Formats: sequence, C-alpha cells, structure tokens
Amino acid sequence: MMSDSVLWQMVQIVLALVTAPVLTGYVRWLKARLNGRRGASVLQPYRDLYRLAQKEAVVAHSASWIFRAAPYVVFAAAWLAACLIPTFTTDIFLGPAADLIALVALLAVGRFWLALAGMDVGTAFGGIGASREMLIASLAEPAMLMVTFSLSLVSGTTQPAQIVAFVLGGNVGIEVSLGLALAAMVMVAIAENGRIPIDNPSTHLELTMVHEAMVLEYSGRHLAMIEAAAMVKLTLYMGLIACLFAPWGMAQPGAGWDGIVLGMASFAAKLWVLATALAVFEAGIAKMRVFRYADFLGGALLLGLLATIFLYVSEAV
Amino acid sequence: MLQALSYDLAHLIGATVLMAGFALLYQRRLGAVLNTFSFQALALAAAAAWQAHIQHAPHLYVSAGIALVFKAMIVPVALHWLVERLGIHRTVETALSIGWTMIIGVALVALSILLVLPVTAKAAALTRESLALAMSVVLLGMLMMITRRNAVTQVVGFMALENGLILAAVSAKGMPLVVEISVAFSVLVAMTLFGIFFFRIRERFDSLDLNYIETFRGDRQ
Repeated sequence: MMSDSVLWQMVQIVLALVTAPVLTGYVRWLKARLNGRRGASVLQPYRDLYRLAQKEAVVAHSASWIFRAAPYVVFAAAWLAACLIPTFTTDIFLGPAADLIALVALLAVGRFWLALAGMDVGTAFGGIGASREMLIASLAEPAMLMVTFSLSLVSGTTQPAQIVAFVLGGNVGIEVSLGLALAAMVMVAIAENGRIPIDNPSTHLELTMVHEAMVLEYSGRHLAMIEAAAMVKLTLYMGLIACLFAPWGMAQPGAGWDGIVLGMASFAAKLWVLATALAVFEAGIAKMRVFRYADFLGGALLLGLLATIFLYVSEAV
Repeated sequence: MLQALSYDLAHLIGATVLMAGFALLYQRRLGAVLNTFSFQALALAAAAAWQAHIQHAPHLYVSAGIALVFKAMIVPVALHWLVERLGIHRTVETALSIGWTMIIGVALVALSILLVLPVTAKAAALTRESLALAMSVVLLGMLMMITRRNAVTQVVGFMALENGLILAAVSAKGMPLVVEISVAFSVLVAMTLFGIFFFRIRERFDSLDLNYIETFRGDRQ
C-alpha cells in the first residue's frame, strides 16, 4: 500500500542517519581492540558530531560560496542515496525513483562537490587530495557500473528492489558472475569509502591522506556535516552490498509487522558481519602506495568485466 | 535442481582456479606468488574431487590427491626453500605493467571462450564451460611466462599452465589415470631440473633475471 511505503521510507530516512555513526564507531572500536588498544566507546562518533556541531565554523579568507555550500550538498547526496537502497524492506516510497545507475550518479555528485571544495581554498593539500580522489573515482566508477551491468544482465533490471525480488524468488543459483561482481563491488566500496589499503580514514600524515586532505580546511558544523556524510556513505555501501548480494530476510511489499521486524533484525546482522569483516581486514593489511591504486581498482574493473563475460558463457550454453 | 547445483558448483570451482591465475598475474612479490600458486593448486584439487563425485569416477580422487600433495604442498614448499636459499625473496620485476598484463589476461579469457564454445558445440554443457575455463588458465600461465623476467616466476607460470591442463583433463570424461600420474611426475622432475638450473644460472650471471641470458645468447645487443 502507498501509505505503508511512505511510512517505511520515513523509517529508513531516520534509520540511515541514526545507524551510521554507531556503525563507524563499532568499526573503530573493533580495530582498536584488534590493535591491542582499548578503543573509544561505539557511541563516540555521536559525541564527536555533537561537539563539532557546537563549535564555531572557521572559514578561510579565500573561500567562496562553494566552500560553504559543499558540506551540505555532500551530506544531502549521501543521505538521499542511503534512502534509495532497500535495507530492511523493498517497500519504500522512493525505491522506484532511482535505479543503480542513478545511485552511481548521485554519489558522483557528492564526490564532485567535495573535490571542488578541496580545491576552493587554494591550499596544496586540498588540491592533492582532490586530484587523488578523482584518480580513484575515475577507476572506481566504471568498475561499479560494470557490477551494475552484470547484475542487471542476470536479473533484467537495474532497480535494486526488483533485483532483490528476483533473487528472493529463487531464480538465481550459485553464479560465478555474481561472485566476481561481489568481489569487484567490495573493492569499489573499500576505495570509495577511503578505507585501508586505499586510504587511511584516521591518518593525518601529509603524503598518504586523500579524504582528509580535502577536508583539512573545514571546522565546526561544516566538518560535522562532512564526517556525517562519510559515515552515511559507509552505511550506504554496506547496505548496498547486503541488498544486492545477500537480500535474504528482507521484507517484501505486503509483509506484515513480523516481516518488518525480521527484515530489521537481518539487516542489523548483515551490517554487523560486514563491519566486523571490514575491521578485521583493515587491522590485517597495510596501506598501499598511491601508484598502486590503479592496479587495485583496475583489478576491480576487470573482475566486473569478467563477470559480464561469464554471463555470456552461461547464456551460450 | 541437484543437477543444476552440481553444475554451478563445478563452474564456481573452475572459476576459482581461473581467479587464482589472475591473482598470480597481479602479485609482485615472490612469496605471494608462491602462496597464490599453492592456493590455485588447492582449488584444482577441489575441482578434481568434485568432478570425481559428480562423474562417479573414483580414479579422479587420485588426481585430486596428486594435485593436493604435489602441487599445493611439495612444489610451493620446495620453491620457497629455493627462493630462501638463493636470497631473492625481495621483489618481482615485471616486464610489462600489472595493469596491461591484467587487460591482456581478460582478452585471453574472452579469446578462449570464443574459441572453445563454437568448437565444442555438441559436448555436454559442463564439459564446454570447464574447457573454456581450463583453456583460459593455460593461456594465463603462458602470459605469466612471457611477462615475467625472473626465472622462479616463469617456472610458476609453467606450473600454472600445467594446472590448466589438469583442469581440462579432469573435466573431460575418460582420461586415463596413468597419463595424469606421469604428467604429475614429469612436472616434479621438471621442477627438480629447474632448481638445479636456478643455481647454475645464478652462478654464471649473479642473477635470476633472464635478461642477462638474452644478452648472452646474442638476442639483444
């Protein structure tokens, strides 16, 4: 029903915002534990955001309106994208409004504004961060599109909700292509979220930072927006992987309360598994040299390409 | 349904072997190359065991065992030992950049699929796909032999190529066991010979970079 989907959309809009900091906090806490530190509480990101929001925003003299507008645009793009992906139910109002390709475009808008803001003030770090971000994006985006194409070749649609319905309908066996697409998607997600081995989210070392270099000039509520956007984006990618490759447990349109509760529980479980895997992976691996990004993301692109090639093999048989 | 599952799983394991072939191309360090090769042999053993199960051909379990013991354990351990002895466990030089190698690799996979599918139009679906996968693995092994300069990685490329041959053999029905055993032993003998040659080459040229040999032969001035 229409009213149901509006209600679940509202729930998801709030959910995306509320779960994002605790997810980031959990990854940080687990990483700290694995590194032999005690680690801050999983609620620390909420406190950080609150603290930043209270502080005065200092803006450089040379900054234009782009610098001031960018945090809000970046945050809005990430938040909107997070609302479009089915998480606990496919019955969301905005679901039919955007498909995976629109999602890629929406994320590109956020990235574009962040890179603009990085260059706006005219510091060296902002420029280097923006140029690296664009290098990563130019490779990660085609890889993500290849994943999208192979998924839509399997299911015949680019709508996430319909892909979920297709997979849950038992139409898909163990497909090699889906495995390859999953691997490519995970690599893209790692790169896009600036996680190790591409970028270290907690570094402030001049030569290695990408995301941090772009947002170096931000403070106060602007920084809070950018940080929140990064957290929402992490949740968004985990939600996307869970939605496309492990949609089991998700509520379908017409499901009752029990279906919704089951959907929420399974979504929480999937996030927990993915966040744990991310923390363990990050704790066990070293950061990559900047010059090797192309190899890593080129690998993701080729995996996506192979996924599509294998689909044609299966078709031909 | 069960038929479809066994088919999907065989396909999946074959693709894992192929992915390991790509991972071999991607690795730069000798230790990582050897570990990846060991993983590929492990996947090959799994493929052989699964084929033995679905074809009801017990002798393929022997092939799986051979792959597991010789190729996943003895050969990598021996090569690790060699690399350690020769003191070359630092880096791998590539003649071609990793990105280009991977692109050529994907082109080779597409080529082998285009080649195998029309030729085997009358064969069973399972055999066709496995043959396409196996041929890709063979071509990737060749590519690795071409693009690497270090003698040890060239040998690993050769072994990966042979993995592809075994993959093709186990997926075709009626491959006699004696052939596989003899192939496995000849590979082992080849590895021993390679080991001796490594020492000889290094004694002579102070390096395992085969560039020096090309100059010595007069291929390059």
